[in-house]
Amino acid sequence: MDLKAAAKRVHKIAPEVKVEEVRGCVRLTGELDSWDKIYRAGVAAVTKGSLGVLNDIRLKGFSEKIKTPSLRDEALEGRTPDVLIVGGGITGCAIARELSRLKLDILLVDKANDVGTGASSRNDGCIHPGIDLHKGQAKLHYVLRGNELYPELCRELGCDFERWSQMFMFSTTWERLIIAPLMLLKGKILRIPDMEFVSKKRIKTLEEAPPSWFKGAVRMCSAGVVSPYKVTIALADNAVMNGAEISLNTVVTGMDTERGKDGKTVIAAVHTNRGTVRPRLVINAAGAFSDIVADMAGDRTFTIHPRKGTDLILDKKKAFYALSSFARSYFAPLPKDKREEHAEAVGHTKGGGVMRTVDGNILVGPDAHEQPYREDNSTSLSEVNAIIRKQQVAAEQLTAGDVITYFAGVRAATYEEDFVVRKGIFTSNIIEAAGIQSPGITAAPAIARDIAVWTKEMLGAEEDPSFDPVRPHTPRLASLSPEERAEYIAKNPDYGEIVCRCEEVSKGEIIDALESPLKVCTVDGVKRRVRPGMGRCQGGFCSPLVVRIIAEHEGIAPEDVLKGDEGSRILLGGTKNAEVKR
Amino acid sequence: MKDYDVIVIGGGPAGLASAESAAKAGAKVVVVEREARLGGILKQCVHDGFGLIRFGEKLAGPEYAERYIDAVRELGIECRTLTFVTAMRKDADGLFTVDCVSRAGTDSIRGRSIVLATGCRERTAKQVLIQGTRPAGVFTAGTAQNFVNLMGKLPAKKCVILGSGDIGLIMARRLTLEGAEVEGVYEVKPEPSGLTRNIHQCLYDFGIPLHLSHTVTRVFGADRLEAVEVCRVDEKMRPVKGTERVVECDALILSVGLIPENELAESLGVKLDPFTKGPACDQTYMTGVEGVYSAGNALNVFDLVDYVSECAAAAGLNAARRAPSGECVPLVRGEGVLSYVPQRIDLKKPVDKVVLFFRAARDMDRARLVIKADGREVWSKKFVYLRPPEMQRVEVDFGAFGLTAGARLELALEEA
Repeated sequence: MDLKAAAKRVHKIAPEVKVEEVRGCVRLTGELDSWDKIYRAGVAAVTKGSLGVLNDIRLKGFSEKIKTPSLRDEALEGRTPDVLIVGGGITGCAIARELSRLKLDILLVDKANDVGTGASSRNDGCIHPGIDLHKGQAKLHYVLRGNELYPELCRELGCDFERWSQMFMFSTTWERLIIAPLMLLKGKILRIPDMEFVSKKRIKTLEEAPPSWFKGAVRMCSAGVVSPYKVTIALADNAVMNGAEISLNTVVTGMDTERGKDGKTVIAAVHTNRGTVRPRLVINAAGAFSDIVADMAGDRTFTIHPRKGTDLILDKKKAFYALSSFARSYFAPLPKDKREEHAEAVGHTKGGGVMRTVDGNILVGPDAHEQPYREDNSTSLSEVNAIIRKQQVAAEQLTAGDVITYFAGVRAATYEEDFVVRKGIFTSNIIEAAGIQSPGITAAPAIARDIAVWTKEMLGAEEDPSFDPVRPHTPRLASLSPEERAEYIAKNPDYGEIVCRCEEVSKGEIIDALESPLKVCTVDGVKRRVRPGMGRCQGGFCSPLVVRIIAEHEGIAPEDVLKGDEGSRILLGGTKNAEVKR
Repeated sequence: MKDYDVIVIGGGPAGLASAESAAKAGAKVVVVEREARLGGILKQCVHDGFGLIRFGEKLAGPEYAERYIDAVRELGIECRTLTFVTAMRKDADGLFTVDCVSRAGTDSIRGRSIVLATGCRERTAKQVLIQGTRPAGVFTAGTAQNFVNLMGKLPAKKCVILGSGDIGLIMARRLTLEGAEVEGVYEVKPEPSGLTRNIHQCLYDFGIPLHLSHTVTRVFGADRLEAVEVCRVDEKMRPVKGTERVVECDALILSVGLIPENELAESLGVKLDPFTKGPACDQTYMTGVEGVYSAGNALNVFDLVDYVSECAAAAGLNAARRAPSGECVPLVRGEGVLSYVPQRIDLKKPVDKVVLFFRAARDMDRARLVIKADGREVWSKKFVYLRPPEMQRVEVDFGAFGLTAGARLELALEEA
């Protein structure tokens, strides 16, 4: 490792930063007053031959209040699971499900009141083809395999999956002549299947409203789309069905470690707000907090630098904007008249495009902003406006009036910009599934496969013959023919009572969601499972009905119905005459 | 499959009035309503002030609705409640098929005419580009009203209201009466959006401040709303930097506009008017699709339910008759007019007593509403004072203008 060269690069940005080698990692320490500098120093410290960057430079005056559940009980006290998975994002849930094929006692913990509340529900659901990756990256390995695994996985889990393809569109002839063949060649080298060139003539058969500047595109037919939170929930449901335990509102507060016989660290105990757990193996799938968890276990070789991205969702009426997923090639500059207008938008963002979600909305974005906050998912007007302006280049008819909602999420990026999927280096009973950012949704099933193989080896577990990969589910009733729908209604009239008129969700489907294997009886929980409130009125009409259905089903007062996490009560009490019964 | 003369979609005030008048004209009518009870949004409007024009007395919303529900019951009109329309289409024979779903199963009904009385929805926080987190405690005024008046629950203890639309003002008073604190009502425009009487009766009488040219830009709070950022706006309604103020509160209630619900209309190919956001209609409230009529707030967001009933009754009667259309003269929007219905005059249908609803584009003192035919003034009426929130109603005898096909009609407001 060339530490000197790394130090030189770092000191160009911030001369006061201390650069040293710690256990094969490049460690940065000191204090700076700009997050941008800290971030850039971290990037500059990436060195070939090192295990990773430990960027411990403090941001002056910075602190982030991390949300933790106030719940304190002993529900998990004394538990000795074979495997403790920390984090219920798509990675953790995919691992839990994959491990439930084995005869193992699995415990997954997440600090939120549902699974998939972090980046897993705050992304575009794209199943990537992998064209932007490079040979040798863990990302490439997992994306190519994950992409292949998705159709079967979604069939088993009862989730929608569509291979609607992705196009990289060219606005100039030279891009078509030079970039297109190079991309196709890269695809061949990376072994990306089904890539093709799309001519101006052919685009009309693929897109209803292609951009006026279209000169050709490279199309990746293996690109697909899923609902990322639905897949996460379905994985969790299937894991629970197969015996895994998921403990929500549970945060890991610390670990006790010992020195093992081989000199490596051993995790002896994991402390949580719900008791101390003594697992044989810990799997770190803690997303934006994965470096903190790795550090607790003495196995940190990386640093998470949170990168926020915002996505906008458009009304289904605008579904014609994109039948697939596309973005404008960034090799050619924008037309002169648009350059200035877009400078701000393009300046800070990368990637992003226009795509059709599996539910038939158009999604535009995301953008990318480095920030010190791991949990700040708030949106800002400048970002929303910038995304609209930027994507108006690709979807030329896009206007702010099309937008029905927007959200932001934080990517768990490492300075190496690669996944950290490995057995513990310094700790013997941990597996890292860390630094999983885009394209983590695509990669999750493949990551889970590798980790299951390692776990089997490490714990000597046997296959569980009773494993059932199929998650029973009711199909989306609105998508059925009237005859099929009538059959469901005949069995359960609640399927005929429409609660959410925008998304045509019935009471029966909401009750099904409340009776899922992983029970999450919140308004957001129901929304993520069966979509009431996801339409153009954003729950204006259905939220009182959903609150009532949850209260009745759970036998609780409407005031006790939560939107999401604890503290998210929707109603604050009764009116003065509430006790007077009509 | 059951056949009807008129299928009314929506059992709110507009749907009920249309059904009543269609049935009285001898038509076989069905009302399809997605909720469990008839009455629409009136069910939750427990305040009074409804019916002054229609019945000459002040009624509460549910009382007003009850009068029409009684009439519909007396006429023996079939009402399918808890029934949701999933799709509709016009068949080759000119009749309509409406697919429904209910607890009884799926069903299709056929009708000669359709009245779309689907009401409107509220604009949301995201549609006015409010930023920040996504906590509990952000409600549209209608949703808050549902919680308070239909469920008997308080969605706020201390709230900020954005928008001075009527529902927002009504909710300011309602929440205050229920013991909640309303910190203030913020309105992005330099003038209030609601009726003058509501500004006085709902805000000033309770000492609730109204902050004009102000908006809410951001919400704070991870789980429950903790605060909002309010800020002054310039004459183009853009936030002015440096005027931000953080107001602690546990709820933000939005009354930032209503959008006519016309997704079903659009599925039939009905063209919408960009100014009313409802279907462009002739004087019989027939949309651009022969046999499809529009009524109530789906046609045009009215300020008074009395007007809703009036034009819905006319739409119902016309739907029962389903007179064939002829040559139409479009009514063009001129200076000073914000929106109006009807947007065209069908020369083959009665033109003598056309009711014209319009709103002014801005506050006007001593204005004159003028109709010009081919550039020549043919009709006018004086108004002492006009405000955009207040809908105006006039009757015009278009028969007096000697209109022929190809004529050009324009509606404009002139300030004295």
